[in-house]
Amino acid sequence: MEKTILLGNEALARGAYEAGVHVVASYPGTPSTEITETAAKFEEMHVEWAPNEKVALEVAIGAGVAGARSLSCMKHVGLNVAADPLFTAAYNGVNGGVVVVVADDFGCHSSQNEQDSRFYARSAGVPMLEPSTSQECKDFMKLAYELSEAYDELVIVRTNTRISHSRGIVELEARSEVLLREYKKDIQKYVSMPAMAKKLHVVQEGRLKRLAEDANTLPINRVEMNSKKMGVITSGIGYQYVKEALPDASVLKLGMAYPLPKKLIAEFAEQVEELYVIEEGEPFFEDQIKAMGLAVKGKELFTIQGEYSANMIKKAILGVDTPHLDAPAAPGRPPLLCAGCPHRAVFYVLHKLKKTVSGDIGCYTLGALAPLSAMDTTLCMGGSITMAHGMEMARGKDFAKNVVAVIGDSTFFHSGITGLINMKYNGATGTVIILDNRITAMTGHQDNPSTGRNAKGETAPAINIEALVRACGVEHIDVCDPFDLKEFTRIVKEATEREELSVIISRRPCALIVKQPEIPYEIGADCKNCGACLQIGCPAIERSGGKMIIAPERCNGCGLCTKVCAFGAIHASKEDK
Amino acid sequence: MKDTNILIVGVGGQGTLLASVLLGKLAMEQGYDVKLSEVHGMAQRGGSVVTHVRMSEGTVTAPVISEGDADIIVAFEMLEAYRWVSYLKPEGKMYVNTQQINPMPVIMGAAEYPADIREYLEKNVGEVTFMDALAIAEELGNVKAVNTVLLGALAKELPFTKEMWLDAIASTVKPRFVELNKAAFERGYTYR
Repeated sequence: MEKTILLGNEALARGAYEAGVHVVASYPGTPSTEITETAAKFEEMHVEWAPNEKVALEVAIGAGVAGARSLSCMKHVGLNVAADPLFTAAYNGVNGGVVVVVADDFGCHSSQNEQDSRFYARSAGVPMLEPSTSQECKDFMKLAYELSEAYDELVIVRTNTRISHSRGIVELEARSEVLLREYKKDIQKYVSMPAMAKKLHVVQEGRLKRLAEDANTLPINRVEMNSKKMGVITSGIGYQYVKEALPDASVLKLGMAYPLPKKLIAEFAEQVEELYVIEEGEPFFEDQIKAMGLAVKGKELFTIQGEYSANMIKKAILGVDTPHLDAPAAPGRPPLLCAGCPHRAVFYVLHKLKKTVSGDIGCYTLGALAPLSAMDTTLCMGGSITMAHGMEMARGKDFAKNVVAVIGDSTFFHSGITGLINMKYNGATGTVIILDNRITAMTGHQDNPSTGRNAKGETAPAINIEALVRACGVEHIDVCDPFDLKEFTRIVKEATEREELSVIISRRPCALIVKQPEIPYEIGADCKNCGACLQIGCPAIERSGGKMIIAPERCNGCGLCTKVCAFGAIHASKEDK
Repeated sequence: MKDTNILIVGVGGQGTLLASVLLGKLAMEQGYDVKLSEVHGMAQRGGSVVTHVRMSEGTVTAPVISEGDADIIVAFEMLEAYRWVSYLKPEGKMYVNTQQINPMPVIMGAAEYPADIREYLEKNVGEVTFMDALAIAEELGNVKAVNTVLLGALAKELPFTKEMWLDAIASTVKPRFVELNKAAFERGYTYR
């Protein structure tokens, strides 16, 4: 068998491929994005980027009803968006197997919260599998399709940053060509009206009970008996930390995080002197195990916050410290907008104009940080437009003259459109700036409905943002390259002063996809050392040895700095680096 | 080879991932179990980035290295060497590129770049090698070769022959960069 090193996310895509999946629909989100990117490379599967996770999951569910094996992948907060179809599809069941991959992000590496997605499995009443390695990512994906079809239920596979973004050795197998299942009209199963739903809920409860019973003998719920002094119940990445920290302990590894194998847990508890639950996040296992009447230690020893580590477990359970140097107090290195980023110009202007900025999710959230410091709020995908509207409804038109919402192109498609319709419908006079950098940048440059390419990299129809905004009833639309600082400033002033809903489309491609000639700029003798160029927060500009310099290896030649220098001291250098 | 834990730290955009991908490939080909853990998403935008590489003749458990468990730290930047030093075993080794990249709080004057990093590391770390990999890469004509210079230095610590490394480089980087990267590797490998 061929072995290779795969990222957990690549292994999940490979598992879908080998399982004979036909349709994949997702919205990008760190740490889940590479699953769908990898899936798109297999010719045998139809793979698409949807505008948001709700759309994506509904596409997958539709494909399942039509008899296909289908997949939808998202980050934890994406599952909030897709929760509506999830909860009812859980009643309906599937036809062809349907799997949702959700990737949590403890430690907030690239997210706005640390929510524990296991609760979705419990509240929707669907099984959830949790792999611990890249190999298991592939294997569990295949098992998920078997379970989905055997129990007629959607299955969630849950990972986190450390599973999705770690590489490990995986054995590859061939794809099983799975034929489409027959499609039969069945309104009792697929039309979710009250009369049907009541009956379906009974059916769902029955299959969940069967699943809970069968979980006791499911091979991925595995007991590894060692010393009987200490038993640990764990899953996912927690299993790896436990094996490293407590090699002598007996372990019950839960490959299925929900429903729990209660008999297996009770038997395991009986055999060990002391029982622990080690789980990152909420006491999800612990609370259920305590409800079984078992004595177990968990969150009194561990936090619900952040990531765990092997040494943290050694310390908490064994009281053993691993010797190491103290981490010295080092200045932080927050991420920042790249050299040449179009967003930098927008936030420079908004900062100068002292606007209250209702922000959104994307690279441009970095506009909140100094020196640009041009963001007041960021909540969730699409929240910029709606929160700005709420501010206006609370404090009136005059307040709205100082407020702008900023939202990226992909985020606007995701869930900004409905907010804009809401503004128009409810008489808002505010201003929305769509930061159209022609790509979904933060997650690693995925295409979206306006880029003219699809997930497979093929030419696709491009949705025209201006036309879409106009169709939402907006009469005042301006399109401007924000690097034209004067014109952009004039447009922002005019739009915010206007007592009517206005949209500005700030259009300039991401600096990482359309490269500048990369002739670096340099600061000449006319420099008065005033530091104005520092206010754009470019990573290439700094004060060194008492004077301003541009680091040539970091400058990308965008020239924005030349427009903020009052003395004309910044020039393109002659040499191409 | 006993179990080996390597931490590769730097600033987003410096190319820390290439080293780990090459390392993982070689380790697997030589029959070791190997796991690598990476950073994607927001932190890649000029933030502090860290890649964990773990190799074992047995089985690697967690994909991430705990504080105090790294045998070797390869730092692409001085401040990042300083930031991650608590991950090193007391007897561990460090390879540090002397390049300094000021983070935004330093650029804005809200924080100071520590002046005594070199002194601190020389005093507290068992074995530390400083190298100006940026100057070497510039000499070779491409600043982007910094990562391969450092990889060359790290390679001496690992049980793979130079030929294995050069083959891995040839099969991983784009054809037009193969010669550059081989030369960069050589400079790192022979660095004293």
